[in-house]
Amino acid sequence: MEDYGRILVSGIVAGSLGRFLLLRVDYRQYPSFPRGYITHLMLGFIASALGAIAIPALVEKEYTAVTFLALAAQQFREIRSMERDSLDTIDRTELVPRGSDYIEDIAKTFEARNYISMATALSVSLGVYLTKDIAAGIGIGALVFAAVVYSIRGQRVGDIARVVKAEISFEGPLLKVDGVVLMNVGLSAAREKYLTRALAVRIIPKDDNARATLGNVGQRQAIAHNAATQLGIRKDVDEPEFTPIARRNTESGDIVFAVFSFEPDIECLIEAIEKTPVLESSKRKPLDSPAGRKAAD
Amino acid sequence: MDTSLKEVILAVVTTDKERVLHSAAPVFYARDRKEMERVALLLSKITLGMVHDLENGCLVIVKH
Repeated sequence: MEDYGRILVSGIVAGSLGRFLLLRVDYRQYPSFPRGYITHLMLGFIASALGAIAIPALVEKEYTAVTFLALAAQQFREIRSMERDSLDTIDRTELVPRGSDYIEDIAKTFEARNYISMATALSVSLGVYLTKDIAAGIGIGALVFAAVVYSIRGQRVGDIARVVKAEISFEGPLLKVDGVVLMNVGLSAAREKYLTRALAVRIIPKDDNARATLGNVGQRQAIAHNAATQLGIRKDVDEPEFTPIARRNTESGDIVFAVFSFEPDIECLIEAIEKTPVLESSKRKPLDSPAGRKAAD
Repeated sequence: MDTSLKEVILAVVTTDKERVLHSAAPVFYARDRKEMERVALLLSKITLGMVHDLENGCLVIVKH
């Protein structure tokens, strides 16, 4: 029997390290630090252990051990629902909620990261087994890790659309941005605040695919959430008139958006929106269908 | 789980009694625009609803 210690340890270490590299605290504060971090690091460790053990098990003709991988898949699905439940619960106390689409997207990302961790561990242990060299195994693992991370990176709103400054106006009580009605604001004090201190942008999709994607309500809610989180929102629970809303120009497919933010800096608002991820669930590609392509020209 | 009605008119504030007939939501009468806005603001703070203007001398408070 070979010494599998090297294979196992290098696989587990590389997989866990991969999971650690994918954990970042950013403006979203998600996963929360430090407790949320520990949960994910431990789950990443388990995923790597499952990945690393597969090669020695196969070599020893312990084929049943491979069923462990099925167990892993079950386990990671649990992670997705755990993330979804926890985000759903805290979303109720957000001034500007993420919305269920954004939550689903985040949950899916967390599930996928565990598979990456497992794949990295698997490729490192395979590499070490084949080359009998830890450095070469880790090199192979790093390549696999980089390739998978690169291939699952998502688009951002800035990739599929142009974001430009827009003008806020009122027609009677109707709040309009570049002529598109957002909502009916009844109180004159609130209207005054919108006219003097709020920011507005227009998001112009680059093609028909982008137009369909941006039309998705969940995508728009993600944009509103990101803008409000990054610029700060001047709103409390008893002031629904300052809820940031993105509406669609049904003539052109453009999205208009107004927000009453703490930082009245239009450049930063444009940047926050451009950096918003395009949600997997809202992505549409009408141009990939024959009818959609024909209708576009 | 908390349950609440949404997109429902919770109250009407008006300066023109003629404009509101048999309202299911409570109707508050105000003498002028200023008082109407004040009453609507107070009601919106109580109900956490939003004030909308119907441009006919009526403000409605709606829960969204």
